[in-house]
Amino acid sequence: MSNSSFDYYANRQHGHDHAHDDHAPIAGQDEGPPSEYEIMSRAMQELLEEKGLITAEEVRRRMELFEEELPYRGSRVIARAWTDPAFKKRLLEDGKAACAEMGVNLEADRLIAVENTPDVHNVIVCTLCSCYPRSLLGMPPTWYKSSNYRSRVVFEPRAVLKEFGTVLPDHVTVRVHDSNADMRYVVIPMRPEGTEGWSGEQLAAIATRDTLVGVTVPRVRAKG
Amino acid sequence: MTPGRRTQERSPLPSTYTPAPGHRFKVGDRVVIKRSFPPGHRRTPYYIRGKRGVIERICGAFPNPEELAYGFDGEPRKVLYRVRFAQNHVWPEYRGPAHDVIEMEIFEHWLEPASGSANPASPDELG
Repeated sequence: MSNSSFDYYANRQHGHDHAHDDHAPIAGQDEGPPSEYEIMSRAMQELLEEKGLITAEEVRRRMELFEEELPYRGSRVIARAWTDPAFKKRLLEDGKAACAEMGVNLEADRLIAVENTPDVHNVIVCTLCSCYPRSLLGMPPTWYKSSNYRSRVVFEPRAVLKEFGTVLPDHVTVRVHDSNADMRYVVIPMRPEGTEGWSGEQLAAIATRDTLVGVTVPRVRAKG
Repeated sequence: MTPGRRTQERSPLPSTYTPAPGHRFKVGDRVVIKRSFPPGHRRTPYYIRGKRGVIERICGAFPNPEELAYGFDGEPRKVLYRVRFAQNHVWPEYRGPAHDVIEMEIFEHWLEPASGSANPASPDELG
């Protein structure tokens, strides 16, 4: 069932074990005429700017947020859930309200947090499009949007997880969540051993995006 | 991807979530997804149509996406459920253990009561 052209695999192969040429040509994106959507988006932005509804600076800042700040929000929320059992309970009961407590206002109506345990591993997908809690995790990774991930993780989740380096024993139930309508999802991974006494910041650093989608689990790297 | 003021961090969009006191099914009920293939925008994946599952939770009432998609207001709202399915029922050739499950959101008008086998773990079992 494997597909060698699967793009997340290509991304994973792209470990930084080689130097990039600073002046290497950038393939793809800038080439050719703009697409209809780019033209439409640009025209819409110009109109909104003309009407004084938005500024170019706001748009730029928003894009920057998606790249820099938003992905880190989910990590902070999970780090808190790991250290504050009452907060974790609230997060499981009403994810959106719990995030709001931390100043994280989600655009989605509802956030469902699903908890990994020694017996259950959760993984999130949207088979219909690529629904994703963007205001919690930033922009979805390319592999999340690929038809390969979206189609395969529902019927062979263990094989897909293995490709991400996540091998689960048979006694663990794999629970796939198809984010196909109005809910958005975040996985609460298990806090790894060896993190006792860690600060919230240290914990957030291992509660990475991929662990919150459920394709991998947080790991404590050996020092040195 | 053109953000406007309404999506600024400080002012979240008003929630369209409403509780659904008038729901037809309750948590733990066995249901079957209608095996129906109407044209148009549907949020019920093809692969789950005709499959049997168990209500995992009631999400609330939401504007009907089948109306929203065409510029209507989505009213009346439809009750949305999360339904749990046994993977080896959804995919007869599924290779993983029998306790693996898949869950998704299904609107009430796609659900019918079901009885019989191919039942995934009850909602309580997975917490």
